[in-house]
Amino acid sequence: MPRKEILICAGTGCLSAGAEEIEEKLMDELWEHGLEDRYPVKKVIKKTGCMGPCNKGPMMIIQPENTFYGDLEPSDVETIVEEHLINDRIAFNLLVDDYEGNKVEKFQELEFIQGQRKVVMRNSGDIDPSSIRDYLEQDGYRAAKKAVTEMKKDEIIQEIKNSGLRGRGGAGFPTGLKWEFTANEDADQKYVVCNGDEGDPGAFMDRSILEGDPHSVIEGMMIAGYAVGADQGYVYVRAEYPLAIRNLRKAVRDAQSEGYLGEGLFGTDFDFNVEIRVGAGAFVCGEETALLSSIEGKQGRPKYRPPYPSTKGLWGKPTVINNVETLANVTPIIQKGAEWFDNIGTEESSGTKVFAVAGDVKETGLVEVPMGMTIEEMVELAGGVADDKDFKAVQIGGPAGGTIPEKYIDLPIDYDSLEEAGTIMGSGGFIVLDEDNCMVDVARFFLDFTQEESCGKCPPCRLGSKRMLDLLEKMTQGEAEPGDIEKLEDLAETVKDTSFCGLGQAAPNPVLSTLRFFREEYEAHVYEDECPAGQCKALMSTFVINTDTCVSCGKCAEVCPVDAISSEDDVYEIDPDTCISCGQCAEVCPVDAISQGGEK
Amino acid sequence: MERHHLRDILPIIEGYEKESGSLIPVLHEVQKKIGYLPKDVQEFIAEELGVPFSQVYSVVTFYSFFSMEPKGDHTLAVCTGTACYVKGADELVEELKEELDVEEGGTSEDKKFTLTTSRCVGACSKAPVMMVDDEVYGKLKPDELTDILKRYR
Repeated sequence: MPRKEILICAGTGCLSAGAEEIEEKLMDELWEHGLEDRYPVKKVIKKTGCMGPCNKGPMMIIQPENTFYGDLEPSDVETIVEEHLINDRIAFNLLVDDYEGNKVEKFQELEFIQGQRKVVMRNSGDIDPSSIRDYLEQDGYRAAKKAVTEMKKDEIIQEIKNSGLRGRGGAGFPTGLKWEFTANEDADQKYVVCNGDEGDPGAFMDRSILEGDPHSVIEGMMIAGYAVGADQGYVYVRAEYPLAIRNLRKAVRDAQSEGYLGEGLFGTDFDFNVEIRVGAGAFVCGEETALLSSIEGKQGRPKYRPPYPSTKGLWGKPTVINNVETLANVTPIIQKGAEWFDNIGTEESSGTKVFAVAGDVKETGLVEVPMGMTIEEMVELAGGVADDKDFKAVQIGGPAGGTIPEKYIDLPIDYDSLEEAGTIMGSGGFIVLDEDNCMVDVARFFLDFTQEESCGKCPPCRLGSKRMLDLLEKMTQGEAEPGDIEKLEDLAETVKDTSFCGLGQAAPNPVLSTLRFFREEYEAHVYEDECPAGQCKALMSTFVINTDTCVSCGKCAEVCPVDAISSEDDVYEIDPDTCISCGQCAEVCPVDAISQGGEK
Repeated sequence: MERHHLRDILPIIEGYEKESGSLIPVLHEVQKKIGYLPKDVQEFIAEELGVPFSQVYSVVTFYSFFSMEPKGDHTLAVCTGTACYVKGADELVEELKEELDVEEGGTSEDKKFTLTTSRCVGACSKAPVMMVDDEVYGKLKPDELTDILKRYR
């Protein structure tokens, strides 16, 4: 009989939900029930990386039967130990519900998991990321060995080119081509850099890969290093990801001591080593030239391209720079072949893409799906819009991306379709917005982000993003004037055309795409002083009390947070100048005598 | 420079190659050890690593993780990423400002807490999220904050 294993998800999401308490409780329970002989703690409990359905955390899978328990409380652990482990019965009450409310027994039966195709996330949630043994058991470092001992360098590059793999970090540049540029350079020193500066708010797949399967990234870097002739790699990780840094450091140390990093790998004369560099909180460092400056110990300011890093990169040497997810794709391509990979996804966008699904959907977390899945299918995978609200839009690509409205809900998600719709794949944030979201405010949110993260090097980005933000703030504050929309549009086009680096060039995208699809919402803000979604407080009319129906109970005056409600001779009145339109008075009024409609 | 700083910093610098590429890792470690990066410490690091002080200063002021002011014992970082924004991160910030009587970036009078906001910490499914040092707290409601702060007092 296969060995019993209890997998506990220990990704950042689950840790914040209390996964560690679950683990401690499980150890205690095994001990207290005298199960230490049958289930030795060290062998039976395995802490894994991200399993995917993050809002079901803390969660565990009991193998080999694959039973899935989610939304766990420490008190549930006792039940699981007694029922599942001792009595050999499923702890039915602790199974999670599917979207229709029926209990689901096995992990693979979750609707959230069913539509997925795992290539990059193949090991995450399954292996212990801190154990190189676990990785080796999953054929770890076999692809690297095959590449280094059986393949010629140009064969590897051709294989990557044939696979159709494109960069997963944003623009989607063909990976094989990038490698070829660097391979063709004649230099005494070359580098491979892994871009783990995942800064897009709402995207966390790179973090999860580094946390859950760090060796797969190291192996991808090693294959890249061999193919282009580099013996040194750097992984640049955000400082905001302490667990990813910890797991990666352990992985590098283990790979070094087991002989998978260092000199003379696989009995050949190929040397390769990896160093980790931790960012220091600057979004612009996700831009490749800025990232390289940061590794060099300087401010992360972008440089002019060309020369591209592939010819003149880190310390002026030819450098391949790939995103985490891109590198995690390399190992399976070498192992299973370009054709296998090319058959997944669409013609122009092969393979899978990992998305971080968040916002107003039922189920949030990480999904890996074949390229070309439609927006609608993705939303359905996540159980649809939460709280019976209507779908309004989805924001893809973070601050560099755009917002796609409902009429494009059957748009396939691939590089080219997204670009046509005015957004980019970006790193893969997928934030569903329901009817209550104000698109002007969404644009304002992203501009607030980019203007703060602008490094200040070039005026179009430094000043333009600030001015765009000013205009958007005027709109959401109800102070906009006729002509402001046109000014905003003009400014956005200018910033897009004239900014120095990708950050500035993409900064206007959230504005341009919302202007394209939700122009009437902008117009309502500017010309009618109205926020159709009811989000911009300054544009909401104040509340008034209907004195005919008012019973003078005084409840409204009690709850008013700004003391705008006063009474004289039991007649209550709301002072429109003080009222902030929060609506709490209307909520508590027992006779529905309070409604909106006062002067703004 | 304060003497105990010197004692803390020297062993850190000794572990690194004396080159520009070591600067950011050294600054990380030094700040972790002494809490902040005052000017005299920066000058010392510049000299030891053989990089211009102007470069050290430019790096310290460029990156939001580095601070020239002492911080509180614990750093509260409310995530203001997209998902947290949608789920009401601003309410958390307001509540903390009131509770600690500080502005964003400020340190409470008892030097226990520094209030900051951070870029997406990648725990979007748990939005809204706050980090206390390396610890992530998710699905927060403003009225839960007092209890969390209590654990660190």
